[in-house]
Amino acid sequence: MTIKTVSDEQIKTTIFDVLGSITPEADFDALDPNEDLRARLDIDSFDFLNFLIGLNEVLGVEIPEADYGQLVSLNDLVNYLSARSHL
Amino acid sequence: MVEFCMPSLGADMEAGTVYDWRVQPGDPVRRGDVIASVETDKGIIDVEIFEYGMVEQILVEAGTRVPVGAVLAVIRSAEGAPALLRQAQGRPVAAMTEAAVAEKVHPLPQRPSGLPGRIEVAPAGNGRRLKVSPAARKRAAELGVDLSAVQGTGPGEAVTLEDVEQAAATAARPVHTKAEGEHIRVSPVARRVAEEMGIDLGAVEGTGPRGAISRADVERVAAGRSVIGEKEVRAAPEAAAPAQLPPKTQADFQAGMRRAIAAAMSRSNRDIPHYYLETHIDMSHALDWLEAENLNRPIKDRILPAALLIKAVARALGDVPELNGYWLDDQLQVQEAIHIGFAIALRQGGLVTPAIHHADLKSLDELMAALRDLITRTRSGGLRSSELTDTTITVTNLGDTGVEKVYGVIYPPQVALVGFGKVTEQVWVEKGMMGIRPVLSATLAGDHRATDGRRGGQFLDALNEYLQEPETL
Repeated sequence: MTIKTVSDEQIKTTIFDVLGSITPEADFDALDPNEDLRARLDIDSFDFLNFLIGLNEVLGVEIPEADYGQLVSLNDLVNYLSARSHL
Repeated sequence: MVEFCMPSLGADMEAGTVYDWRVQPGDPVRRGDVIASVETDKGIIDVEIFEYGMVEQILVEAGTRVPVGAVLAVIRSAEGAPALLRQAQGRPVAAMTEAAVAEKVHPLPQRPSGLPGRIEVAPAGNGRRLKVSPAARKRAAELGVDLSAVQGTGPGEAVTLEDVEQAAATAARPVHTKAEGEHIRVSPVARRVAEEMGIDLGAVEGTGPRGAISRADVERVAAGRSVIGEKEVRAAPEAAAPAQLPPKTQADFQAGMRRAIAAAMSRSNRDIPHYYLETHIDMSHALDWLEAENLNRPIKDRILPAALLIKAVARALGDVPELNGYWLDDQLQVQEAIHIGFAIALRQGGLVTPAIHHADLKSLDELMAALRDLITRTRSGGLRSSELTDTTITVTNLGDTGVEKVYGVIYPPQVALVGFGKVTEQVWVEKGMMGIRPVLSATLAGDHRATDGRRGGQFLDALNEYLQEPETL
């Protein structure tokens, strides 16, 4: 999908902010929004948990473990978070 | 007085650069204090002291690269103990000379990190075992005294510091001259370097014990420089420029990291007769329990399977302690404390395996906190020296990749490595019934000098049993 609202843009910015502290060397501009984020950025399970904790602190969204499977690409994350955050 | 030495932060470390000092002469120090940081091939490490006392003198300026074992500072111990105690983490370098101290790299003595207060036992030339105190060994290396020629007067004929100094006083240090056809003492590394650089070994003056040619000697000749005189060397610490470290590029760091891993792993494959065992563990119970547990926890407090695996390994080591220890001096030295080294991959390449201290005594929450802390500090700097030297067994978990099983290379002087792969859904047959289960492959790489396959098998069995009772972990 395409980013269509300001809120989605803000969420995307938040995602990159939090990711940036975990993978400082990553080039987000080169990221395909539909590719597997963890595989692309070499994010292990600890990084991923820290990433979700970071998102939780900013957006207030608790992501249960059962939903991890839905969160593969950048677009998945944006959709999931925009439906639940109050930003 | 206590000497604070450049520690060996792993079997692969030859030398390190003093990055900065956290103390000044006159400062009081307590056991566990970080008093300096050291730049190694694996990053900048905070080095702790294991004594109570006061900093008497700092001998090596920040920015100076010295070999492992070089004395960095002198500490006046709190009790004013007269004996020359050695720092727990500092250990003597067998072939260390003062000239070598000033040189940037020195061949690694093939010894693991030192154990506090241990009397070293080294094979003497004639086959008899030679007992030498660490202080005596270091002094002997400094003075160029051949330990096998020294008559020990200590307990059990151990060679003491006094014996070494006595020997050095009665016999002036032999001047090594090379006659035609005479055997030249040269370290294997130096020989290789000489061949690579096209240096004639006959033209190299050795500065090691009994005139042995070290790598540093070869490199000195290669650089077209004359041998550094002792006077000049002694002056070196004072003359050293103030802390000005050349910026280390990513490529430098990578090259150093690869060299460090290459040294340790080559040594492992050369010296350790590995045996490998593998078992499949039904993880359905453990993962169900973890999922239920995590449901009740805020996201910050969630537990990852890795913590469960580490705790299970620690418990299983309680049942099979022979896998938790070191192979030193031709014997297995089982360690009581269980310090599990957890392999942490660096995103830019390479890996570090810092220790989770007393993993068996930590709760799952404490293990998670310890893991998070270690991963952060491994990647951003600030690991402590004890975390790199205390590891008694290593765990590598490649479960985040697609890898199903990993056969590890043991990190010497440890005697075992436990490997975990990815949990995959597999057909599982139990009691005549077939089902689909999440299955984990656990492997053990064991040092066959230390243990046999049967003990290794008992360890994997115990590991499986603990993972079937996650609520007890």
